[in-house]
Amino acid sequence: MANLQEKIAKLSPAATFEIDGTGILQATVPAKEWHDLAKALRDDKETPMDYLVTIVGADWVESLGCIYYLMSTTDRSMCSVKVVAEGDRETPYIDSVSDLWHIAEIYEREVYDFFGIIFINNKDMRRLFLNIDWVGYPLRKDYDEDPAINPISIENERQSDNTTVYTKEDGKIVKKERAIFHHDDFVVNIGPQHPATHGVLRFRTAVDGETIKKIDVYMGYIHRGVEKLCESLQYPQTLHFLDRLDYFSGQVYHHGLCLLYEKALNIEVSRRAQVIRVMMDELSRIASHCLFMGTYCMDLGATTMLFYTLRVREQILDIFEKTCGARMTFNYACIGGVMQDIAPDFAADVKALLEVLPANIKEYNKIFTGNVIAKNRMEGVGVLSREDAISYDVTGPAGRASGWACDMRKLFPYSIYGELDFEQCVRPEGDSMARFKIHIDEIEQSAKILAQLVDNIPEGEYCVKVPKVVKLPKGQWFQLVEGCRGACGFYVESDGSTKPVRLKIAPPCLPLAGVVEHITTGNKIADLITIGGSLDYIVPDMDR
Amino acid sequence: MENVQYPHIFDFSRITGPIHDWLMGFLPAWLTTTVECVAVGVGLLLVYALLALFYIYFERKVCAAFQCRVGPNRVGPWGLLQSFADMFKILIKELIQLNHIDKFLFALAPYLVIIASMMCFAVLPWGDGLQIIDFNIGIFFLIACSSIGVLGILLAGWSSNNKFTLIGALRSGAQMVSYELSIGLCVVTMVCLAGSMSVTDIVMAQADTWFIIKGHVAALIAFVIYMIAGTAETNRGPFDLPEAESELTAGYHTEYSGIHFGFFYLAEYLNLFIVSGVATLLFFGGWMPLHIPGWDGFNTVMDYIPTPIWFIGKAILLSYIIIWFKWTFPRLRIDQLLSLEWKYLLPINLFNLALMVCIITFHWTL
Repeated sequence: MANLQEKIAKLSPAATFEIDGTGILQATVPAKEWHDLAKALRDDKETPMDYLVTIVGADWVESLGCIYYLMSTTDRSMCSVKVVAEGDRETPYIDSVSDLWHIAEIYEREVYDFFGIIFINNKDMRRLFLNIDWVGYPLRKDYDEDPAINPISIENERQSDNTTVYTKEDGKIVKKERAIFHHDDFVVNIGPQHPATHGVLRFRTAVDGETIKKIDVYMGYIHRGVEKLCESLQYPQTLHFLDRLDYFSGQVYHHGLCLLYEKALNIEVSRRAQVIRVMMDELSRIASHCLFMGTYCMDLGATTMLFYTLRVREQILDIFEKTCGARMTFNYACIGGVMQDIAPDFAADVKALLEVLPANIKEYNKIFTGNVIAKNRMEGVGVLSREDAISYDVTGPAGRASGWACDMRKLFPYSIYGELDFEQCVRPEGDSMARFKIHIDEIEQSAKILAQLVDNIPEGEYCVKVPKVVKLPKGQWFQLVEGCRGACGFYVESDGSTKPVRLKIAPPCLPLAGVVEHITTGNKIADLITIGGSLDYIVPDMDR
Repeated sequence: MENVQYPHIFDFSRITGPIHDWLMGFLPAWLTTTVECVAVGVGLLLVYALLALFYIYFERKVCAAFQCRVGPNRVGPWGLLQSFADMFKILIKELIQLNHIDKFLFALAPYLVIIASMMCFAVLPWGDGLQIIDFNIGIFFLIACSSIGVLGILLAGWSSNNKFTLIGALRSGAQMVSYELSIGLCVVTMVCLAGSMSVTDIVMAQADTWFIIKGHVAALIAFVIYMIAGTAETNRGPFDLPEAESELTAGYHTEYSGIHFGFFYLAEYLNLFIVSGVATLLFFGGWMPLHIPGWDGFNTVMDYIPTPIWFIGKAILLSYIIIWFKWTFPRLRIDQLLSLEWKYLLPINLFNLALMVCIITFHWTL
C-alpha cells in the first residue's frame, strides 16, 4: 500500500491520502490531474490498475465528485481515488475515463443521471435509468422531491435517437448531439417486454438481415431508486432492499452489507452465524445457477431442461422456506448474525440435496451440454477475451469463463471462506459454452463447501447483541462479496447518524448488460439471445 | 382395386360403393358428386378438428411426461376435455382489429395456411377404399398443396406490419423453400421404389413388406432425412425458427388473435399429422397391415385390424418421434439450419437417390 501511495504521490504531487474504514487507501486528487493519473495507473508495468471496480458519485454539499475504486488484477492491490468535480453546481465536470476502462462509459452515465456531473469526452452522455425529460438529479442533497416537478407520466415514453457528447475546447465545455443509429438502419426493438430479456430490459437492435449491426441497451424500467431510498432509512432498514435487487442472490447481498456494517460497528459475529450465512450463500448460489441453466436452455429452445433444473431449485427453496419462512425475499442475515436459528432438520435437508445433486448434474450434461445442436449454438459464440472482461468489469461466472480469476471469495476471503477447501473455477475459452459450463462447475464447488460445513455447524448464539439504535461512526467503508452473478460492492459513507449519507451498491449485472453490445455486434439475432442468456444478468439488479 | 392377395382386409369401398350407386339411382351425376363432396367435406372437417384436438392433448401429455409433470388433468377424466375447453375458449375470443396493417392479406393468411393443410388430407391413404381422391399423381399433389402453406406464413408476416413477424416470415420462407427440396427428393426416392405416384399404388406395392425394409439402406437414409425435413417443414422444434418464442416472441403470428391465431395453431398440428402420414405412406405401408412373408396366420390376424387404425396408429407413432425431438433439442440458428439443408441433407439425398436407383436396377431389394 505504501508503494501505491508513493506511486500516486509521484504522479500527482497535489494528492492527499487517507485510509478508509476498510483499510483501503484513498487518494484525493485534483480533477485536472485525474485523467493522466488514471492512465498512468492503468498502464503501470508491474501492477496495472486494470479493474475499475466502481465509480461512486457523491454530493458533499459544498462540492460534487466521484470516488473511483480501482483494483489491480495482478496483485489484488486496491485503492480509491476521490475526485472533486470542477465547475459550479450547475455544470460540474470531470474528464471521462471511458477511454481507459470500457465500463466507465456506463458508470459515468449513472453518475451523470444521479448527480449531474458531466464527463468530458464520454461518447454517450445520456441519462442511464431515468426518463430523458426528468428534472433534477435525484441523489443530490438539494434535490426537490416534489411530485409536481416530475409527475407520473401516463403518455408514451419519450425517447431520443440522439445522444450528447461534451468536449472541452479552449477551456470551454461544448455540447454536441450525436445520432445513435445510422439514418437508414433497420432497428428492431427487443424488449422491454420480451421473453428472452430476463426482465424489463430493452435492446434497440440495428440489424442487417439477421446480422446485428449495433445494439443500444436501454435500462431503468424497474429503477426504484434504492440508493436514494436508503438515505432516508436507518441502517437495519436498508438491508431489506437487497432481496429485491438480484432476487437470487438475496442471501449473499444481505451477507455483504451486514459484513460492512459489522466492520464499521466492530461487531464480532458468532461462528455459528458465520457458518449459517456461508451455507445460505452457497445454497442460493446452487439455486441461482440451476435457474440460470434452466432458463438459458429455454432461451435456446430446450424447454424440458428447465424442469430438471427447477427440481433441484425447488428443493433448495424448501430448505430456505423452513428456515427463513420465505422462498424469494428471505431477509435472513441481519446485523450481528441471522434473524432466526436454522430449522431443526436443516442439516438433514442439505444432506438430502447433496445426495441428489451429482445425479442431476450428470443428467444436465447428458441432455444439454453434450448435445450437438447446443454445442453448435454456443461454442465460439460471443467470445469475450480476458482483457475485455476486465475492462468491461465482467465478473462472476461470465468473467471466470473468460479466464479471469475474479472470485471475491478467493481474492478477498470474507467470513469463513478463507478456511474452506474449494476451487475457483476458471475456463479460458470465453464463449457462451464456457459461461454455461462454469455454472455447472460452480455448483459442484458449492456442494463441496456445503459438504464441509453441514456436519460442522457449531453450537452458539445465532445473533449477537447489537445496540437497539445502530449508529455508524463517521467515515466510509467498502465491501466486496461474490454474488451469484459476480462481484457486488457496497459503499457506505456515514456522518455518525443513524442513516447513511450515501449508500452505493455496485451490482454485477450492470456491467453484464454493458458488455452485450461489444460481444454481439456482427453475430446473428439468435446469438443475442444466446449471449445475453449466457451472461445471466438480472434486470432489477442493474436498475436498482 | 380388388384386393386379391389379402382378402381379409376390409375394403371400405364395400360401403362407399353402394352409397354412390344408391345416390346415382335417383340423382343426376353432377348432383351426386356435389352431395358426395359436401358429405366428404363435412366428414373431413370433423376428422380435422378431432385430430387437432387429439394432437393438442397428446402433445401436452407427452411433453408433461418428459418434463416430470402431470399435464392437463382437471377438465374431464384425465384432462381429456381440456382441448375442447381450449377450442371453445379460442372460438369466443375477440379478433383484435389492428391499425396500419394490410387488412385483406392479414385476414387471408390464416385461411391459406389451413386450406393448404386440409387439401393434403384429400390424398392421404386413410384406409383401404377410404381415400377421398385417388389419382395418378397423388403424392405430387400433396407436395404441391403443402407448399401453399408457406405463402400464408409469408403473407401473415408481411401484412402484420411488425418487424418481428417480418423476420419470422422471412426465416420461414428460407426454411420452407430449402426443406421442401429435401422432402421432394425423399419422395422421389421412394416413388422410384414404388414405380408410381398414385397413393394407392404406393400402398399396394408394400403389401408384402413395407418399403423401409424393402429399400433397406436407401429407404432408411431417406426416412431419416424425411423426418428431419418434415420437422423443419412443420416449423416445429428444433426448427421452430419462424416462431422462435425466445427470439421473436411468436414470430409470424405475433399479431394474430382469436380464431385466426387458432387456425395457425391447428394447421401446425395438422401439418404434423400430414408429415407423419406421408412418412407412413412412403416407408411404413400407409394403411397396409404388418405382413411378414410366410407367416400366413399372423398376417391374417393383422388383416382383421381395420386399416384406418393401422394408418392413424402409425402416423401417431411417428408424430410421437417428432414431438420427442421438440421437447429434447435446443433450437438451431438460421445459418446452421440452412447449412444443414444445403451442405448435408441435399448432397446425401442426391447420393441416396442414385443409390436407390442402383438398388432397383440390380434388384437388391429385400
